[in-house]
Amino acid sequence: MTNTSPKTSPQTLFDKVWDRHVVVAETPTNPATLYIDLHLIHEVTSPQAFTVLRERGLKVRRPDRTLATIDHSTPTLKNADGTRPYVTPQAEAQVALLLANTEAHGIETHGWDSDHRGIVHVMGPELGATQPGMTIVCGDSHTSTHGAFGAISFGIGTTQVGHVLANQCILMPKPKTMAIHVNGQLGEGVTAKDVILAIIAKIGVGGGTGYALEYCGNVFREMTMDERMTVCNMSIEAGARCGMVAPDQTTFNYLKGRKFSPENFYEICEDWASLTTDSGAQYDREVHMKAEDIRPMVTYGTHPGMAMPIDGLIPTSQNEADEKALNYMQVKGGDAIAGTPIDRVFIGSCTNSRMDDLRAAAHILKGQTVKPGLIAIVVPGSENIKREAETEGLHEVFIAAGAQWREPGCSMCLGMNGDIGAPGELIVSTSNRNFAGRQGPGVRTVLASPETAAASAITGVITDPRTLTCEAA
Amino acid sequence: MFKPLTIVTSKTVVLPASNIDTDQIMPARFLTMTTKAGLGEKLFNDWRYHKDGSPTDHYLNSDAAKACEILVGGHNFGCGSSREHAPWALSDYGFRVVISSEIADIFRNNSLKNGILPIVIDKAAHQWLLDHPGEAVTVDLKSQEVRLPKNGGTYKFEVDAFSKHCLMEGVDEMGYLQKQTDAITDYEAKRAHAPASAI
Ligand code: SF4
Repeated sequence: MTNTSPKTSPQTLFDKVWDRHVVVAETPTNPATLYIDLHLIHEVTSPQAFTVLRERGLKVRRPDRTLATIDHSTPTLKNADGTRPYVTPQAEAQVALLLANTEAHGIETHGWDSDHRGIVHVMGPELGATQPGMTIVCGDSHTSTHGAFGAISFGIGTTQVGHVLANQCILMPKPKTMAIHVNGQLGEGVTAKDVILAIIAKIGVGGGTGYALEYCGNVFREMTMDERMTVCNMSIEAGARCGMVAPDQTTFNYLKGRKFSPENFYEICEDWASLTTDSGAQYDREVHMKAEDIRPMVTYGTHPGMAMPIDGLIPTSQNEADEKALNYMQVKGGDAIAGTPIDRVFIGSCTNSRMDDLRAAAHILKGQTVKPGLIAIVVPGSENIKREAETEGLHEVFIAAGAQWREPGCSMCLGMNGDIGAPGELIVSTSNRNFAGRQGPGVRTVLASPETAAASAITGVITDPRTLTCEAA
Repeated sequence: MFKPLTIVTSKTVVLPASNIDTDQIMPARFLTMTTKAGLGEKLFNDWRYHKDGSPTDHYLNSDAAKACEILVGGHNFGCGSSREHAPWALSDYGFRVVISSEIADIFRNNSLKNGILPIVIDKAAHQWLLDHPGEAVTVDLKSQEVRLPKNGGTYKFEVDAFSKHCLMEGVDEMGYLQKQTDAITDYEAKRAHAPASAI
């Protein structure tokens, strides 16, 4: 909204973006009506929303602010004849239904015939549809990813998908704000994934509940957009619905020249550059961490808060829930986690399937071989990334090492498309959730960075990438 | 678009584990369903059924559980994904109230939108509930109270005024938003002149 009256009190980044989108202000009895700039949709959480529209005779209000793709139920393999091996006819029907719904409502859709199809949270930024100062929603909890651009971006349920389709607005009370400051120098081999796992381990899986996070400090300033996306992606794993990084030159450089980049780019950059937290602005909570204290991290339990330094000892259980998690994972408190034998490695997901991630994994796998008997799969986040990686020859590195190079999609992140492990298997995964059974019934998941995943693929045990580089060098 | 909820008196089903996530409530492989009907059958599927599809002896498979309208979950219930299939399944199974000492954000919102009342209650009351599975408990939305039998006490809970109104009247947010169409149109008109981002 154009703002003529000067703001007197200093504001946080979140407040600034929020204020621009208030259509009807919050009252003690009613939530705010918040305008949504970009609505991303995919096949899993939209069908029932389109049904509601049909039942009530409603139209999509702003098809031009809606963008669709197919990613969750899509196979990552192709048959020799070019057909796709859907896991069930129902999965195929779900994809077909998305395409039919978006066609009927005139929504731009990146389906099988698009060069830009990909995981919804990889595709949006890549097309430049994700921009600073926006409000972005998607029926998917990892919508927090887009906060890397200084947008307020969060996951919604299917009922709200219906609300946004019909009204381009949602109802919500304003969350509290929390600043997470990480300053200092990250150590050798410590990645964005390790930073966010360390943050979640510190504040806990429920620590961010009710808050919008802002990641502050030189560590985030110095990150690439791919890295900032990895961090913001997992905000939800700390219970926060969204996480943000203030837009800066890195953001603008990334967005320049993309499909949806605004025509008056430089003019808009000036406005975007104003989207930072004013000095003196108050957060409801602040957390401080030292970059030097963060080491490469892995999870050892069944939620992302059960994360530990890879060179440390597994914490002993403090309660029944911990005990159950350790039993499920078949690990013992007091043991080292490094050296634990693994069965599979998955490199992919909206957390770690972008170019930075693939390059990092390829750097480690180059000239090496995946441990015989171990299955390693690499799934790029989008068709664009697949093409770019192939141009750089990364796929050849993976294939030569004995890893599989697949078609883009969510894949083994949640296994909806049938990409799952066998019961009991231990998978080192670059995804974001290690819940019991997420990667298949009985499967044990260890979350890690692409570097750690690649190093572990070579040795067949959970491996600190820093130790491997020394040996290989 | 759901039955109004005012007072619920029911025995409880207690699932004491902490951090019960939406992958447990509704495993991802059932998310290809494109309608809501029948999801109650799949609720906590991997706890309730063997691999061959035969039922386990999990309490949720008993007739006693199926008659319950109140679910008591361990700390941080409903964490994980935004899948609304989780509250749809709980609702289809017959639950109207979920009580825990902490309930994940998105799950809580999704529940409210589907006629389920999520209640975050203080630790003592939560512990009492965990310790007394199957007792008949009364949830009174109007007075925002959970009344425990056997001198367990009466506890207040928080619910925002708007959600309370919607639940008690059985109205949903779509209708409410539709009434704001003019304000939305107004906003869009003003916004067009601002240096706003748009795809
Ligand atoms: S990659 Fe995983 S977390 Fe990301 S959108 Fe897909 S299923 Fe969700």
